[in-house]
Amino acid sequence: MGAIITLSILGIFLLYLGLYRAKNALLPVTIVGALVALGFILFQWNEEAVPLYHGMVLFDRYALAFSALCMLATILILLLSKEYFRTISDNIAEYYCLIVFSLMGALLVTAYHNFAMLFVGIEIMSVALYILVGIRKNDPSSNEAALKYFLMGAFSTGFLLFGITLMYGAAGTFDLGELRNYVMTTNEISPLFYGGILLLLCGLCFKIGAAPFHFWTPDVYDGAPILITAFMSTVVKVAAFVGFFRLFSMVLVPLSEFWTPVLLTVTIITLFVGNITALVQTSFKRMMAYSSISHAGYMLFAIVSIGAASAPSILMYASAYCLASIIAFATLIAVKRKTGSEHFESFNGLAKREPLLAFILTIAMLSLAGIPLTAGFIGKFLMFNNVMGNYNVMLLVIAAVNAAVAIYYYLHVVVNMYFRDSEEPLEQQIPLTNAYKVVLGIAAVLTIAFGVYPDVILKLL
Amino acid sequence: MENFLTQIQGVPLNHYIIFCSIIFAIGVTGVLIRRNVIIIMMSIELMLNSVNLLLAAFSAYRGDASGQVFVFFIMALAAAEVAVGLAIIVMVYRHTKSVDIESLSKLRW
Repeated sequence: MGAIITLSILGIFLLYLGLYRAKNALLPVTIVGALVALGFILFQWNEEAVPLYHGMVLFDRYALAFSALCMLATILILLLSKEYFRTISDNIAEYYCLIVFSLMGALLVTAYHNFAMLFVGIEIMSVALYILVGIRKNDPSSNEAALKYFLMGAFSTGFLLFGITLMYGAAGTFDLGELRNYVMTTNEISPLFYGGILLLLCGLCFKIGAAPFHFWTPDVYDGAPILITAFMSTVVKVAAFVGFFRLFSMVLVPLSEFWTPVLLTVTIITLFVGNITALVQTSFKRMMAYSSISHAGYMLFAIVSIGAASAPSILMYASAYCLASIIAFATLIAVKRKTGSEHFESFNGLAKREPLLAFILTIAMLSLAGIPLTAGFIGKFLMFNNVMGNYNVMLLVIAAVNAAVAIYYYLHVVVNMYFRDSEEPLEQQIPLTNAYKVVLGIAAVLTIAFGVYPDVILKLL
Repeated sequence: MENFLTQIQGVPLNHYIIFCSIIFAIGVTGVLIRRNVIIIMMSIELMLNSVNLLLAAFSAYRGDASGQVFVFFIMALAAAEVAVGLAIIVMVYRHTKSVDIESLSKLRW
């Protein structure tokens, strides 16, 4: 709980810093605040978890681990922000403040123990993001993305709330513990409850961007500023997914016969839509948007075949995905600053100009594609393993086909970097600040380290 | 208060459920078929308000206050959301001079 309070105060404090024009202090203060919050999370690790505030939040190990992941990802993204925001606008305090608030919402979603907190957390997370997506006021595509995100976000919240209401009507409580008792002990579960599950499923699938509720994702990811896209596709996506998983693992496991077919269909559609549409993209950013849809599909495997091994494998997959996405978007920012374009062609000949950058991006792409020795491979392996345990052969075959398709488009950019020549002269290098080097270095090292020693993560939960 | 609760309970719960589901469905249809952004926002409000009504009805039937407290959460957050949403619409309107959703077609695959 200390982490959430720290972040709330930090957000307000940042606004005051902006008011007094202390521009240079913004980034250090934000990072220090986030580290303090991270300290609270790590400090709680060995304490026994009890629901706090009349059962509103529960910081168990599962919530703590994902909170820590969200915070680490945010800190890495914030480190990239120094030069980035300055090029967009003069009033940069709002960016930091909104990112911090959004992170706070994400923490609430990972740790909720009552539907009220799920709703409040999702709203805090999304409302801050609506503004962040549209923060380039003079850029039409940023405006359009903000409006689409807002309309779809509010629409999906409606579904989520109707689902919660129907469940409340059946069980008479918003508390996850009491809902679990209701599911376990009641012989005849009210049909309202089943309706509630379906509507809740729709609402949450919107939030994680799973097909057929994915159609906003590419437009919004494409239109938003790159750094915000990085934040959305890592922290927000992981948090929404964790909220999803928490509900299903804590409450709805006994009813798995009812929702498994629905979720299985969603998973399969998500995999195909994400991967096949990603194939035909010409823009790297849009390709990453579709790839994030397909990753949502892989992460859904853990819920489809829910069990004791699900939580650690989601943590592994989410960490691998976050790290690789941060590398990819950081590289994209650097490349776009040089060439002014987000297309695959702008990566041409990068290996000759910036061998290290190209190498790190290659690691990230291999991790996203799930090639051994990277964290992504372990993540995919664990997900496939979960499905194997359930003898769900059809899903396994579909997943394998999709993984093969994914390798094609992830390697597209690698081929461009290493085997195509750029039209620009070779001397033109991309200036990278120290913060960039640090972020890229940390993310690349962790990607390899988790790939070689997966136990570091798997032993946590 | 007691009198009020018995009055609410005079209407069968099923009627509330059906009524709220219809309002919710009208809201969903509105979002899906209308092209005017303002009307889409109104439809979303309709969805949220049907939820509020249903929560209040369930809460009154069960004699459990938590449902009504949830209604306050929804109202507060819906207000915050609308404030941000209207600002976004104004921002878009400055560029496109239109509130038609079709005017937003820059991002397409």
